[in-house]
Amino acid sequence: METVYFDNNATTKVAEEVLEEMKPLFCDLYGNPSSMHTFGGQLGCKIRKAREQAATLLGCEPTEVIFTSGGTESDNTAIKGSLAAVPNRRKVITTRVEHPAVLAACRDLENHGYTVIELSVDKEGRLDLAELEDKLDDDTALVTIMYANNETGVVFPVDKIAEVVTGRGIVFHTDAVQAVGKIPLNLAKSNIDLLSLSGHKLHAPKGVGILYVRKGTRLAPFMVGGHQEAGRRAGTENVPGIVGIGKACELAAQNLEEENNKVKLLRDKLENTLLQMCPGSRLNGDRENRLPNTSNLSFEYIEGEAILLMLDKFGICASSGSACTSGSLEPSHVLRAMGVPFTSAHGSVRFSLSRYNTEAEVDYVIEKMPPIINKLRELSPFVTK
Amino acid sequence: MWEYTDELKEHFFNPRNVGEVENPDGVGEVGSLACGDALKLTFKLDENGRIKDAQFKTFGCASAIATSSVLTEMIKGKTLEEAAKVTNKDIADYLGGLPEQKMHCSVMGREALEAAIENYRSGGKKKHELEGRVVCNCFGVTENEIERVIKENNLTTVEEVTNYCKAGGGCGGCQGDIEKIIEKIQGDKIEELPAAAPRRPGKLTNIQKIQLIQQTINEQIRPALRAHGGNIELIDVEDDKVIVAFRGMCSQCMLAEYTMKDLVQAKLKEFVSDTLFVEEDKDSASEPHEHRG
Repeated sequence: METVYFDNNATTKVAEEVLEEMKPLFCDLYGNPSSMHTFGGQLGCKIRKAREQAATLLGCEPTEVIFTSGGTESDNTAIKGSLAAVPNRRKVITTRVEHPAVLAACRDLENHGYTVIELSVDKEGRLDLAELEDKLDDDTALVTIMYANNETGVVFPVDKIAEVVTGRGIVFHTDAVQAVGKIPLNLAKSNIDLLSLSGHKLHAPKGVGILYVRKGTRLAPFMVGGHQEAGRRAGTENVPGIVGIGKACELAAQNLEEENNKVKLLRDKLENTLLQMCPGSRLNGDRENRLPNTSNLSFEYIEGEAILLMLDKFGICASSGSACTSGSLEPSHVLRAMGVPFTSAHGSVRFSLSRYNTEAEVDYVIEKMPPIINKLRELSPFVTK
Repeated sequence: MWEYTDELKEHFFNPRNVGEVENPDGVGEVGSLACGDALKLTFKLDENGRIKDAQFKTFGCASAIATSSVLTEMIKGKTLEEAAKVTNKDIADYLGGLPEQKMHCSVMGREALEAAIENYRSGGKKKHELEGRVVCNCFGVTENEIERVIKENNLTTVEEVTNYCKAGGGCGGCQGDIEKIIEKIQGDKIEELPAAAPRRPGKLTNIQKIQLIQQTINEQIRPALRAHGGNIELIDVEDDKVIVAFRGMCSQCMLAEYTMKDLVQAKLKEFVSDTLFVEEDKDSASEPHEHRG
């Protein structure tokens, strides 16, 4: 059975080109870039090249790129590191729909005397900028707001937010794990101070990420130890991972247009056809301001885990915000924050595509999905004919 | 990903007896949309009082659908007396077991069966109603129901109770209450955790006391509330009176009172001083509360 992988917001396939770049770094060029000998030291150039590749994609300078172990470390470093640098301010503003890497880090701050404000979103998952402006004050140390939502794909007006926040002398961080490679970025022209990204959402391997730190942003190191990354992130460099994420950034820059055209066309075909063919279906999230690859659909009166299992039988990979898939008893915090009714929240399915997906795969899902929805609706006591 | 048995998958992908029996003798409806699963069971008896036909309709995950399907298979051909003896454990065993966190699906099956039998015995009039005091408001679970899952499945922790009947899995406000029910039923069966006896500080200055109260809230109380979308803030300390405010999910929760006594006050007594008591500052609880169901 062929696998149809429509779960690219969870993780992505490592690009062949990325793997090729990484291969020699395991058994042949396995040195430590900090070493004095040529064998290890030569890897420094490879890391430099990766830093440049990442900087090109982000529209920033190479010195503003710090390599980390992934999105979670980047988020934690940004939040804890920037707060440590302004010890006299005790307020942090974030949103209710952040990824757990940000949300849990912020909630943990409450235990250390910080006040954390979680901004709400409307039915379409949009923020109210007036509410944000209202909450900014002299005690605010940091605002951390995601670029694009991992569950719904809704994109926040981050450049505008950064302008407002930094205009008040407050540090602005954005978790851009889902946005990088899907939305063009030019950090030199924006006011974003800190930006997190993750390799494995970008066709690089798991275990490597980047934290962009704008020149002049004060950041206390999160990992201390050796002097790697100019003393900003200790630990022997994950050379294969760094080389991999560099190559992945280069590919992402080349493929940005394709992501926005081909992938978006596939996503739209999938989404529009399913909404048309499946009774009781709806789209979750702002249709306009959305990642080109993500579609979060709800199917009323049926349950997401059951849908996923039936899709799985056909080799189709997707995910759901239903309570049952998480092992908790509550549906997704993002859908609840948006006020999605319980009739729909339990029956949500997220499809997230990548440039490796084909129209044939979209057609396959379009063929398999409606009978699954109909079968589960026949089982549901809430559906009356 | 859940590890489901082949039997479970078989009943999920090919559920038996889907639908509603025409002119049923008994109808049992349990669960709700808000809770994430619901089951409608209908049956018809033959002239000897045995279940001739049983059908179901279920909203829920794979294990909810599979347990409903096996339930109908298990009760066919049984008299109502025999059927009434089916426990949630029997249903789970029939499927070769369920993941712990999915045990509530088997309990839902047994509840629907009881509701349907009750409905039949009342001449089709009686609908399933909650009996006894409601302990968990989020999922509408009564004390009777909690006692029953504890007894039938020999449960000893709140987490297990949540897995079996969902109680305590929403705002978490009733967890202290559930613990008491477990203690009442299981008594000394509960494993004594190797917790150190509270090492209370000697005489404290006022500032030390307030600091210790804040530290106890941060370390012992807030994480428990946070797990369920709630939060707490220390407002003031006046002699032995500790004034706190609930935030988030807790702020207008009907069960906040239990949380206050069973969690906040108990922890402060344990870690700071026996003489402390807690009061809620209601004026500062302003955030909207999304209560379910």
